[in-house]
Amino acid sequence: MGDKVLVGSMRVLKKQLNPLIHARVRLGIVSALAAGQTLSFRDLKVLLSTSDGNLSRHTQKLEEAGYVECIKSFQGRMPLTEYRLTSKGSEALVDYVEQMERMLRVARSANNK
Amino acid sequence: MQIEHGPVSRRNQNPEKQASEHLRFIRDVMERSASFTAVPGWGMVIVGGTALLAAWIASIQATSDGSLIVWFMEAIIAVAVGIWTLRKKAQKSGVSLTSGPGRKYILTLAPSMVAGLLFTVALWKAGNLELLATLWLLLYGAGTITGGASSVRVIPVLGICFMVMGIISLFIPSAWMHFLLALGFGGLHIGFGLYIARNYGG
Repeated sequence: MGDKVLVGSMRVLKKQLNPLIHARVRLGIVSALAAGQTLSFRDLKVLLSTSDGNLSRHTQKLEEAGYVECIKSFQGRMPLTEYRLTSKGSEALVDYVEQMERMLRVARSANNK
Repeated sequence: MQIEHGPVSRRNQNPEKQASEHLRFIRDVMERSASFTAVPGWGMVIVGGTALLAAWIASIQATSDGSLIVWFMEAIIAVAVGIWTLRKKAQKSGVSLTSGPGRKYILTLAPSMVAGLLFTVALWKAGNLELLATLWLLLYGAGTITGGASSVRVIPVLGICFMVMGIISLFIPSAWMHFLLALGFGGLHIGFGLYIARNYGG
C-alpha cells in the first residue's frame, strides 16, 4: 500500500520535472553555468566529457528555450564561443533542484513509515 | 519507480537514491565548474621548471646562506608566476580574481606561506637550516590541501603528495634537501600542472 502511494506521488512529481534540463548533458550545462561564470564551448566539453556534436545539440536546445545565452567573439584570430546562463535558465535550475528535494523528502518519509 | 532520462537514470534503484544522485550530480558539476578556472596548470608547470633550476643553482652554492637566498628568490618568482597565470586564466574565463574560487584559493594558501616565511627566518636566525625542506614541504602541502578543498580534486591530492614528501624528508639526510625540493616543488608541480592544464582548461 505504502509502495503504491510512493509510486503515485513520484509519478506526479516526475511529471512536473522540466524535461528541458532533465537530460544529463543539459542539466550539466545549466549547473556548470550556474556556478556564476561564462564558460567556453571547449570548457564545457571538457567539464562534461562529451562530444562536439552532442554538446552543440544540447546548447542549441537550451538557447532556443532562452535558458542560455551564446556569446561569439574572437580571441586573437580564433573564434570563441562562450555561454552564459540567463535569469530564465537560473530560475529553471532552482525549480528543478526544489523538485528533486521534494522527491527526496517524499521518498524518505515513505521509507520511514 | 525511476526518474527516467536524468543524469543518473538506472533501473532497480530506489527513488530516494535517484533523487540524491541527481542533486549530487548538480553539486559536483557546479563545484568542478567553479574551480575550473581557478587553478593555472601551465603556471604550475612554469613554477616547477624554475624550481628545478633553483634546486640545481642552490645545490652548487658554497654556503647554506647562499642556497637559502636562491630558494628565497625562487619563492618570489613562483608567487609572481602563480598570481600572473591565475589572473590570466581568470581573465580568459571572464571571472574576477578578487572574487570566487581564485580568491578562495589564494586566501587559503596564504596563511601557510606566511607561516613558512616566518619559520624560515626563525630557523635562519637560530642557524638551523636542516629542517627547511621538511618545513617548506609540509606547510606548502597543508596550504595546498586547504586551498584545494574548494577546487578540483587533484589539488588536495597534490597537497597530500607534498606532505608525504615532507614526512619522508624527516627520515633522510639533510644533504638530500635540494634533491627533495626539486622532486617536490619541481617534479610534483610539473606533473600535476600538466594534468590540470590538459583536463581543467589550461
